Amino acid sequence: MTWAGELMGNTLISLWRVIVGFALAAVTGVMLGIIIGWWRNARDLLEPIVEILRPIPPLAWIPLAMLWFGLGFKPAVFLIWLGAFFPIVLNTVLGMENTPHKLTEVARTLGAGPWQVLFKVGVPSAAPSIMAGLRIGIGIGWMCLVAAELTGSNSGLGYMIMYYYSTMEASKTVAGMLMIGIVGFLMFIGLKKLEDKILFWKAA
Amino acid sequence: MSSQKLIIDGVTKTFLEKKGGKSTVALRDFNLAVADGEFVCLVGPSGCGKTTLLKLIAGLEQASSGSIYLDGKPVTAPGPERGLVFQDFALFPWRDVTGNVAFGPEVLKVPIAERLRTARQCIELVGLAGSGHKYPSELSGGMQQRVAIARALANNPQLLLMDEPFGSLDAQTRNQMQNELLRIWQDNKKAVVFVTHSVEEAVYLSNRVVVMTGSPGTVKQVYPVGLSYPRSRADHGFVSLREEITDCMAEECR
Repeated sequence: MTWAGELMGNTLISLWRVIVGFALAAVTGVMLGIIIGWWRNARDLLEPIVEILRPIPPLAWIPLAMLWFGLGFKPAVFLIWLGAFFPIVLNTVLGMENTPHKLTEVARTLGAGPWQVLFKVGVPSAAPSIMAGLRIGIGIGWMCLVAAELTGSNSGLGYMIMYYYSTMEASKTVAGMLMIGIVGFLMFIGLKKLEDKILFWKAA
Repeated sequence: MSSQKLIIDGVTKTFLEKKGGKSTVALRDFNLAVADGEFVCLVGPSGCGKTTLLKLIAGLEQASSGSIYLDGKPVTAPGPERGLVFQDFALFPWRDVTGNVAFGPEVLKVPIAERLRTARQCIELVGLAGSGHKYPSELSGGMQQRVAIARALANNPQLLLMDEPFGSLDAQTRNQMQNELLRIWQDNKKAVVFVTHSVEEAVYLSNRVVVMTGSPGTVKQVYPVGLSYPRSRADHGFVSLREEITDCMAEECR
């Protein structure tokens, strides 16, 4: 395999892992964040659990991830999910809690039921905060992925960096690092574009 | 004008303070009846429970004792037959004008075509024809308040509750909005309960002005306004009534 092919191949492998892990984190994180941020009882019950698990760095989960999922795709996805999950939950909770009281009141006077208030007022009102959480989450997820591949994988950009470190090919190691930076930047731009599209009403 | 639309019967509202467990009486033994199609203004010193009273009528808060009846039925929860307009508009910033106005019919599951037709009519009624696609952040304060009024009207409420709706507008816009509101009210003949701290506004708009006492709030005095519409602020009867009510309020503030 050519060097360019190898670089692109590993990039795509890493990218696929991050997409799957991030998508899982986005769905589960936003859902849990909505529940914790909207219902007081749920917050009292679930917030302590989240706050105990959150300070544990994703890197500390690597041994357990390898034990549970072996090598390759699954442990990497797990670590990405773990890294992205908490910032998404926290920001969603923040957004839901900050739903203006006036807006929920006005919705109720217009005839909205509890679920309609949640989905037609709470969630859209929290959207800017949710989007911020997703943007932070994908950045952390991407970092976790590389860390996971450094140790628990035999493919992907993280693995490639370590491999060329062991063969003393520093330029290829640096190329891998640069690729990580570029892909991270492109993901940031992509999410920012999506954010501008969804939150167009905030501008102007 | 004969039947009573709204009856507020001996309503007391007590709030428990968050710290210390002390309770504050916001309203004490408040009594008022509003006739169908009547325009009633509530004036009183700030903190006298005007907003609390509107929230009770809207069903957003529950009375500690006493009852509120709409068409003879006790009010226990918010409902689309009572439209509420806040001072600070409370528009949904992520919805355009049409989306805001159509919110009520939407949550009441009115079919989409009918919903949009209602929204367009209400937008026209408040003088915003052609602005349906604009977002709240693109509108001036006066226009935002028009949207809030249109949104409350879209459910075709029996009773319109307005909490200092023109309080944050400049004098010129405010006068204009008062005339627009009178025009809408005369076209639709809904009952209106309008809270303001401006005696002039109250005398200009309403059939009756209710002066409230300071905290805890209750009815101090009710002034029927016998002037015909459209009213002139320079008219002798207008000025003397305004002064009389202002004096009555000033007693409360001492």
